[in-house]
Amino acid sequence: MKNFCFWVLLSVFFGACQPDTQRLPFLGERDVVNGDTIYPSVPDFSFIDQDSQAVNNATFAGKAYVVDFFFIHCPTICPKVKANGLRIYEKFKNDDRFLMLSHSIDTRNDTVGALRRHAQKLGIDSKKWHLVTGDHDQIYGIADDYFSVATENPDAPGGFDHSGRLILVDKNRHVRSFCNGTDAQDVDRFMKDIEVLLSEK
Amino acid sequence: MVSLKHRALSLVFSFAVTTFVFSCQTNPYHDGEALYKTQCANCHMDSGEGLSALIPTLAKADYLMKHRDQLPCILWHGLSDTIAVNGKIYAEQMPANPALTEVDIANILNYVNTAWGNNNPLYSLEEVKRMLERCPK
Repeated sequence: MKNFCFWVLLSVFFGACQPDTQRLPFLGERDVVNGDTIYPSVPDFSFIDQDSQAVNNATFAGKAYVVDFFFIHCPTICPKVKANGLRIYEKFKNDDRFLMLSHSIDTRNDTVGALRRHAQKLGIDSKKWHLVTGDHDQIYGIADDYFSVATENPDAPGGFDHSGRLILVDKNRHVRSFCNGTDAQDVDRFMKDIEVLLSEK
Repeated sequence: MVSLKHRALSLVFSFAVTTFVFSCQTNPYHDGEALYKTQCANCHMDSGEGLSALIPTLAKADYLMKHRDQLPCILWHGLSDTIAVNGKIYAEQMPANPALTEVDIANILNYVNTAWGNNNPLYSLEEVKRMLERCPK
C-alpha cells in the first residue's frame, strides 16, 4: 500500500510540474461582454504597396505579421529599425504563416515609386514585406491601434515624430507583442515571441 | 645574482608600464568614437556596416581612400551624388551636419579611418581646415 501511494504521489507531482505551453498575452484594454472577454482588434484598413498592389486585412488573413511606421528620408531611428527588421525578414521569409507591413507616414514624398526603389535597395520581396502608402488620416489613425506613435512635427528631424516600435499581430487581428526596433537585444526577444506565436494552435 | 623579489618586482613594473602604454594606444579616438555614435551610427550603424544598398559601409570602404580630400566636406555639407563603394552603387542623399566643428570632423574621420579593420592615414586639424575651405558650393 505504501509503495502504491508513493507512485501515485510521484506521478501527480510530475504531472503538476509540466509547464504550460507558452502563449503570448493579448495586448490592449479588454472588454467583457456577456461574460466573454473581447480583446482589441486591428480595424479594417486599405493601403497600397510598393508594387501598386492593394494591401488590406485580407492580405494578412490567417497570418501573423509584424508592423512598423517609418518614412524613407528618416535621419534618425529608421535605418536601425529597418536593419533589425531585415533580421526578422531573413529569419522568417520562408515561413508562409508570416508577413511584414511597414507604413510610410510621409504620404507626400513616399510615393509608390519611391517605396518600390526603397524596397529594391533594401533587397526585400514585396510579397513578404509590404511597404505601404495610402490615405494620410487612415495611416495616422491606425498607428494608435498598433500602439504606435506617428505625428507630423516640423521641429523633429525629417519633419516627423514616430516610435521605432515593431508590433506583432496574430492571425485574428490581435496585437500580441512589441519591441523597440532600435534595440537589437529587444528585437532578439521579439523574434522568440514570433516563434511562440507561430507555434500557437 | 638577481633576487627573486627583484625579478618579481621588475616583472610587475614592466607589466604595469606595458598596460599603461597600450591602454593609451588601443583606442585613442575616444572623442571621435563618441561623436560617431551620436552623429553617424544611426545610419552607418555602430559596426560601420551601413544598410543594404541604401547606406554604404564604412568598414574597409575603398571610398575613404579614393576620396580622402572630400571627406571633411561630405561630413559637413552632406552628399547628393551617386557614388560607388566597394563596387556597389549608392544614390541616396547623406544629410549635412552643420553643427560639427572642424575638431569634431577631424576626430570622427580619424576614428572611422582606424575602426573596423580600416587602416587609413590620419588627418591633422590643419589638413581638415584646409579641405573645408575648398568645399564645393
